[in-house]
Amino acid sequence: MAASFDRDARTALADGQLRGALRQATDLFAERRRAALATVPDWEGARDRARAIKDETLLHLDRYLEQFTTNAERAGARVHWARDAAEACEIIGRIAEQRGARSVVKSKSMASEEIHLNERLARRGIEPVETDLGEYIVQLAGETPSHIVVPAIHKTKAQIAALFAEKLGIELSDDVATLAAAARQALRRRFAEADLGISGVNFAVAETGTILILENEGNARLTTSLPRTHVALMGIEKVIPRFADLEVFLQLLPRSGTGQVLTAYQSLITGTKRRPEDEGPEQLDIVVMDNGRSRMLASALTRQSLACIRCGACLNACPVYRQIGGHAYGSVYPGPIGAIVTPQLFGLAQSSALPYASSLCGACRDVCPVKIDIPAVLLHLRAQVVERRAGSGGALERLAFSAYAAVMARPRLFECLVRGVRTLGILPPLRAWTKWRDLRPLAPHSFREQWRARLRDPAAP
Amino acid sequence: MRVSLFVTCLADQFWPAAAVSAVELLRGLGCTVGFDERQTCCGQPAFNTGYRREARSLARRLIEIFESSGADAIVSPSGSCTAMLHHYEQLFEDEDWRTRARQLAQRTHELSAFLVNCLGVEDVGAAFSGRLTWHDACHGLRDLGIRNEPRRLLRHVKGAELVELPNAETCCGFGGTFAVKYPEVSVAMLDEKVDAIERAGVDAVVSGDAGCLMQIGGRLSRRGSSVRALHLAEVLASREARGGPHGR
Repeated sequence: MAASFDRDARTALADGQLRGALRQATDLFAERRRAALATVPDWEGARDRARAIKDETLLHLDRYLEQFTTNAERAGARVHWARDAAEACEIIGRIAEQRGARSVVKSKSMASEEIHLNERLARRGIEPVETDLGEYIVQLAGETPSHIVVPAIHKTKAQIAALFAEKLGIELSDDVATLAAAARQALRRRFAEADLGISGVNFAVAETGTILILENEGNARLTTSLPRTHVALMGIEKVIPRFADLEVFLQLLPRSGTGQVLTAYQSLITGTKRRPEDEGPEQLDIVVMDNGRSRMLASALTRQSLACIRCGACLNACPVYRQIGGHAYGSVYPGPIGAIVTPQLFGLAQSSALPYASSLCGACRDVCPVKIDIPAVLLHLRAQVVERRAGSGGALERLAFSAYAAVMARPRLFECLVRGVRTLGILPPLRAWTKWRDLRPLAPHSFREQWRARLRDPAAP
Repeated sequence: MRVSLFVTCLADQFWPAAAVSAVELLRGLGCTVGFDERQTCCGQPAFNTGYRREARSLARRLIEIFESSGADAIVSPSGSCTAMLHHYEQLFEDEDWRTRARQLAQRTHELSAFLVNCLGVEDVGAAFSGRLTWHDACHGLRDLGIRNEPRRLLRHVKGAELVELPNAETCCGFGGTFAVKYPEVSVAMLDEKVDAIERAGVDAVVSGDAGCLMQIGGRLSRRGSSVRALHLAEVLASREARGGPHGR
């Protein structure tokens, strides 16, 4: 993983089309976000309130999940608990089989990406079709999403045009409306024949047993209302206590994610249809998944990782993500939030490079709508990498830092060594710096030498 | 006001002009300035790489050194190292050290914030002719909330014109060991910064951290640019109407 982040980042940097697409999209989203923020009189207050709600929920997560389950079941839903990815996939696979589902549509869900649901279902002969346009593009291309909110952010319009020409048999066109219409036509057919719909969940309200799904294309609305069966997959952290809490999250999420005041669709789903003449699925299965999340509850520092509402603002703001895109992170969750969530969900050993994939500039913390201190969690994870010796630095790095601490505790030794380097001109190998940047030489007279020679003030503290 | 200078190892060894200028500035404003030669590095490279034990031992040292100074304020020509001192508390579990770390943080200030917020000075009598732009170093900006202070100081420099970069607040890609751990990513970030600096048509880019200045200055000079990288203290200590100070 350590080697692969480095390698994949360099591959991304060499891809001019990718970098152009990233720059354009991240700039656009950042600009829209700024404009949308201006419409909220007290943005800081909204962030604080949202974070307080999340903190309270996470502190009593067991209670709120039970409450959600009771109320969702009372409304007619069936709630299933999944400890890990395998269990979640097994539950969903079994439901599909029991319902005799032959055609499955799916709306955007990061949780389903996390557990590689499509792959697992394919082994049972079930092949869900992604209906979010970005996800559809990524699925047609045989790729994985590279952004939490904008799955195909890494692709240019021309690449999508070529893909559609090849896979959908349409004429090559770079007209966005033509491309979208081609996808819509293909997808409508799939919706019409679908007997099972799989969705994610943005928020699950404990008080009412309601799930909320936000989207812009109407595909999630169709996925959750046309087929006879709806399966909703959610992480345990999606629950919030009260219906009224949605007010603040609806202010924050669309603005932070896509710079919209509100998404085009908000689907609030409470149970199944009540009367035969009602519309909607006959059966609603909600799969509540842990998959490593409860480990993060252990401390206040790591717990905040679960406050994330998956808006993707930290990706757009991150100067590292902006250069390399999502695939280099080697995880379904890329960018700053991915760098803290991936090692905690899937283990530090497989992703020990990710906590270091940041300059610690703090731009992510500034834009986070729930004020997650991502740099602090990154630093915590780095300390764990060192403690567990999970990093790529190895014995040499440990030795270097021991030596550094020993020298820095001895000012005279420190000065002697620097003077030695200065007069002999022997430098440690710094090719990683000097290949691209001139190295400023050590000053001929350090500050402490100048202090002794002419600046010392005997009266000073 | 009795000030103890926290020079930082980078300014001490690579950018002494910044520290010398800081001493001159503070003295010019009536402060008594001392410097404890036992100080070396604040431990940030170790802390940021995950070596907490090493960082903690250096933190203890620096806390003891500055406790013995008896100064009213500890002032540093670096936002990043000042921010590190503000992080010291989280390195300790025992209450005594946490309190000592917190007390040190309370009286440790980055230079521009100290001038503007503690001394109440915006015009330090500097003169420097040329177009300047300010690069916000991340830790000063986001950990300490320093945004207006350096700009106010620079606007009062006679002969200087302050130009804003569209990406003034975006990281230059230095990030300490990040710059050599992932140099290609670091330089990709850096090039966006340097492109903007060159487009701005300035004579110098000014910042408050020697780390960023080595990163930006090193790339400017590699690209053959005539734009200079200067520390804020150098510009503020400059009394020349023409030419300005010389970087080293």
